Amino acid sequence: MTAQSRPRTSRIRFERVQEQPRWLMFVSPIILIGAALLVGALLLSLTGANPWFVYQRMAQAAFGDRYGWSDTTIKATPLILAGLGVSIAFRMRLWNIGAEGQLYIGAFCATGVALHLFSPETPAWLMLTAMAIAGFLGGAFWGFIPGVLKAKLNVNEIITTLMLNYVAIFWNNYFIYGPWSERGFGLTPQFPRNAWLPRFTDFGAAVPSFRGLTMHAGIFLALIVALILWVVWRRTKWGFEVSIIGDNPQAARYAGVNLARKIMIVMALSGGLAGLAGMAEVSGVVHRLQERFSPGYGFTAIIVAWLAKLNPLALIVVAYLFAGLLVGGDVIQPAGIAQLLQGVILFVVVGGEMMLRYRIRIERS
Amino acid sequence: MELALLVNLLAAGVRSGTPILFATIGEIFSERAGVLNLGVEGMMLMGAMTAYGVAYGTGNPWLGVLAAMGIGGLLALLHAFVTVTLRADQVVSGLALTFLGTGLSAVLGAPLVEIRSAPRLPNFRIPFLADIPVLGPIFFDHNVVVYIGFLLIPLAWFYIYRTRPGLELRALGEYPAAADTLGINVIRQRYFYVILGGALAGLAGASLSLAITPLWVEGMTAGAGWIAVGLVIFAGWDPVRGAMGAYLFGAIRRLPLDAQNLTFFLKNPTLGYFMNMLPYLFTIIVLVISSREAMRRRAGAPAALGVPYVREERGA
Repeated sequence: MTAQSRPRTSRIRFERVQEQPRWLMFVSPIILIGAALLVGALLLSLTGANPWFVYQRMAQAAFGDRYGWSDTTIKATPLILAGLGVSIAFRMRLWNIGAEGQLYIGAFCATGVALHLFSPETPAWLMLTAMAIAGFLGGAFWGFIPGVLKAKLNVNEIITTLMLNYVAIFWNNYFIYGPWSERGFGLTPQFPRNAWLPRFTDFGAAVPSFRGLTMHAGIFLALIVALILWVVWRRTKWGFEVSIIGDNPQAARYAGVNLARKIMIVMALSGGLAGLAGMAEVSGVVHRLQERFSPGYGFTAIIVAWLAKLNPLALIVVAYLFAGLLVGGDVIQPAGIAQLLQGVILFVVVGGEMMLRYRIRIERS
Repeated sequence: MELALLVNLLAAGVRSGTPILFATIGEIFSERAGVLNLGVEGMMLMGAMTAYGVAYGTGNPWLGVLAAMGIGGLLALLHAFVTVTLRADQVVSGLALTFLGTGLSAVLGAPLVEIRSAPRLPNFRIPFLADIPVLGPIFFDHNVVVYIGFLLIPLAWFYIYRTRPGLELRALGEYPAAADTLGINVIRQRYFYVILGGALAGLAGASLSLAITPLWVEGMTAGAGWIAVGLVIFAGWDPVRGAMGAYLFGAIRRLPLDAQNLTFFLKNPTLGYFMNMLPYLFTIIVLVISSREAMRRRAGAPAALGVPYVREERGA
């Protein structure tokens, strides 16, 4: 119609395809990730590397044997938790880019419990529960701040959550170099054993095939949270309301939803899960608070959540894929390839998804 | 003694505020046209890396600057294609651009980290003006990029508020349908301003790696691109206010370094961690203040910011 009403010289136009076939919805993510890996290969060959070799090394390291799977699970755990966290906010179209900082503050609070608040003789179940609660609350507080600012003063949450990342990291650095430091290095003393989340290898005596597997109980926590959220989105009024607000805040307001309150709660929950990811990481993997203990889990979680289309179960799969990317990225040089591929994948998928909804047409006047 | 310290700090603020200034003005153009680009940090990093690499390879820092602007524009073109043509979400595309730029600059720039000898942009002491007490050292004894920044501020202001294309630019962001009726090609113009914004972000990166902190390390912008995005809101999309904000932030970012000479600081070194938080905390405070102001005056973002333009097909 546009063509008739506005004659122009020959040009390329993108037209929206109204009906998308159902099979395309399932096939398109696979095509797009494949396309992203191709683009990534192109960029890798620019750096002089052999992309085929790089991909093979990465896949081997991440999924080649059970040790690989264990390492990948370790990295998938914080990605799932933080990814679920940001996806809660994204459902409501709140852009929580601050999972990294929330994760650091969660780890900070859990560390405070393990080293300073509770005695080392505390039974493990109590210690770990308290650490998890502290981690959750710490992250929730860090998410609540931008939530209040957004709800009450309409302050752009993208910038505030992002800025609080930097604040959180400096806050942690102060403590690990200052009052909590072990001899002035950028780390705290090691946690007492009962502040460690149980690892698979701890049961190596009973189950020999668990020997040497350092993955920890945090993954179960992550899977349980994913299941809970899956139920919340499908079955509860609260979950339904949050999704409605995301789609159409005006309609939600007319329907009597207290928008400001929802924003604050959602941001706090979102931050809380990222905080839990931080607790799981210090309690399950590093066993102390130290500088840069997270290789940007909070940022990768954003990509993971988006690619999973905010679906908690799909998120687990995507988180494993990206965890594999991180594990694989550790074994190849130069560093940063994993991050590069993350960016490419997100870009290609976001752009490509829209592209699949369009038909390219060449018009002539 | 204290005056000397203050002059020093302000001069350092103007110097280290310059990259933020370029990035802020670039983002103002993009957002004025109605396209939010959260990829500033990524484009700056790619600009910084490219500038450093090209300057080292060719021996000419100005070629580095050009290349940085080119790569910034190219990345912005990608964003424009995804958001203007394909109408994908601007927030997600911008985030993807930042991830991409951060990762790509780290990978491609890995060999450059060892190199400390790339040619720099020259310093230039403006005769006579630099001799004025107080003002001289603050404004007129700097690297050439700082003066380019000085020139850009009035140019951008004049362009936006006093020229015909500037008027069209404002219409693009406020009411693209009306702009379209007036015969303005909305799509093409949005492309143009997004790319311009990217080129300025590239320039911001180049000014960092070739003049302000002349070296390349991955992630060297340390959030400057994000601060620029925040400053655009503080500036109310006005380049002059944006410039003031950029220089103020430059000074705040320099504070932990310059304060090290103060006696109370030497007694309490851990203060540095809190000083380092200041620019980020300050961004938040500034945003709170400006959004309150925006609520009161009912003046804020361009009305069509973030909204893809769809020319409605009649009868559809």
